[in-house]
Amino acid sequence: MTTATATPPTTAPRPAARTTSSSALQQSLTLAWRNVVKIRHQPEALMDVSLQPIIFTVLFVFVFGGAIAGDWHDYLTYLVPGILVQTLMFATGGIGVALNNDITKGVFDRFRSLPIARSAPLVGAVLADVVRYATSIVVLFAFVTALGFRTTEGLPAAVLAVLVGIAFAMCLSWLFVWIGLVVRSAGAVQGIGFLAMFPLVFGSSALVAVDTLPGWLQAFTRNNPVTHLIDTIRGLLLGGPVAGPLAWTAGWAALLLVVFVPLAMRAYRRRV
Amino acid sequence: MENTIEATGLELSYGETRALAGVDLSAPAGTVLGVLGPNGAGKTTAVRVLATLLRADSGTARICGHDVATEPDRVRGLIGLTGQYASVDEDLTGRQNLVMIGRLLGLSRPEAHARATELLGQFSLTDAGGRSAKTYSGGMRRRLDLAASLVNRPRVLFLDEPTTGLDPRSRNEVWDTVRGLVDDGTTVLLTTQYLEEADELADDIVVFDEGSVVARGTSDELKARTGAQTLTVRPRDRADLPRVLAVLQQVSGAVPTTDARGTSSVPVPNEAVLGAVFDRLTGQGIAVSELAVRLPSLDDVFFALTGHGAEDETPTDSRQEALA
Repeated sequence: MTTATATPPTTAPRPAARTTSSSALQQSLTLAWRNVVKIRHQPEALMDVSLQPIIFTVLFVFVFGGAIAGDWHDYLTYLVPGILVQTLMFATGGIGVALNNDITKGVFDRFRSLPIARSAPLVGAVLADVVRYATSIVVLFAFVTALGFRTTEGLPAAVLAVLVGIAFAMCLSWLFVWIGLVVRSAGAVQGIGFLAMFPLVFGSSALVAVDTLPGWLQAFTRNNPVTHLIDTIRGLLLGGPVAGPLAWTAGWAALLLVVFVPLAMRAYRRRV
Repeated sequence: MENTIEATGLELSYGETRALAGVDLSAPAGTVLGVLGPNGAGKTTAVRVLATLLRADSGTARICGHDVATEPDRVRGLIGLTGQYASVDEDLTGRQNLVMIGRLLGLSRPEAHARATELLGQFSLTDAGGRSAKTYSGGMRRRLDLAASLVNRPRVLFLDEPTTGLDPRSRNEVWDTVRGLVDDGTTVLLTTQYLEEADELADDIVVFDEGSVVARGTSDELKARTGAQTLTVRPRDRADLPRVLAVLQQVSGAVPTTDARGTSSVPVPNEAVLGAVFDRLTGQGIAVSELAVRLPSLDDVFFALTGHGAEDETPTDSRQEALA
């Protein structure tokens, strides 16, 4: 190795000591880029989000579809918004595991010793997960279109449906950012994630119409944020009321941000 | 002149464990401060406090006059940190790692690439720059880590056990790099378990044990502090070791220690005992391949100061190993 005779410090472009909000955004985008590059280096990281929509669709449409709806094709139409949201929900959990690994490996020590916004590594991770969400949605639509699924409300509405789903997933992922930071091991993060997701996803309008449920369960299901999100997306893809469920969805999303962003930031500062 | 690194009375506890029990540190600009101590002595904790990753329970620390607790962003702009575990992103290439840091520090894309090229060249990683870091050897990874901590040309560099686990050649490369940086005016705080490393690089050495500084001074001052000289003997035939130990104990009145190679050492007041030892050994017909009196090594110093060896091996253990 040639000895490190660095050029004198005076010639260096000195980074700004203070972090402004525009540089915080730039830093978050750089760290999001890092996560996307990681995915490119190991595409198998996208395996879960690419296979889940197919597995869920096959499972529910062909295994249960006949029994639930009499005809699997009708059920497919009902089910697609539910599967879309379900895959998004399960995709959000990955961020907690990834962050937990980053911290254990010491990569975050480097970030924390740099003069950058404290929030940048977390915001970057949340932004990068859009790639995962988009992948699962693309796979889902390709698969169900091949099976004969068609939207009825036109392309702009369908695009809006996808955007609403991704936006909600980004808000929800802060819950998992927080869990990933407070729980010791990556395995435990995954366990807790599934525990939280199962009642929300299955106790929703994803798989069956809410009126078919017993009364006590209806009370939960009707107030479940996942139900509001699915109803919004169902409206945008297949027709039906949109404004009401969208308002509820936005409210829940805002609540998730207000609660879990500060919690996650506090946990991040405290985590050694 | 004010010291570049100045810490006073740092205390920090993890629950019941006192990781730092009132530590003072100082290093003038352009010098290397060696922090020497066994595992668990509090070296890494001290570095993490100085690098703004941890907040001390009490005490103050200043880097170039900026308080690490109240002006952490200013401090972060001045420092570079290379952790005990090379904190490079294994899934990224060497170049991507460096570009990422440059972009985070506010360099434009071309500037970040130019700086990455420069550093890759400096650390002999030009050819490996396009490969993902997980394919790197331990030495390459450590060099990349070091390069990453230099992207912003820090005035103060923290190296937390930079050569742990490296082969001798890579270790020498890291040492050369550190010397080059210090020549350019960088102030370095280096933690190490290797007395040789502190001896080679550090202008001043502080010895840590159980969260406290138990000694400080230059390498020579620390060696002088133990006072005594050391007599070392290595019998040609290992089977003679018990008899050698007996002779050493008779002459010096102290309990000798033996290293893994079968060299026994014992503190002696002066070189006059050399003759007595030689006479007794030859009298018993013991052939020796090494017999010397030398000034104490930092190992001896460490033992004298803390009551245990730097590698956390008690002398009894090593003697038993040698006899086994």
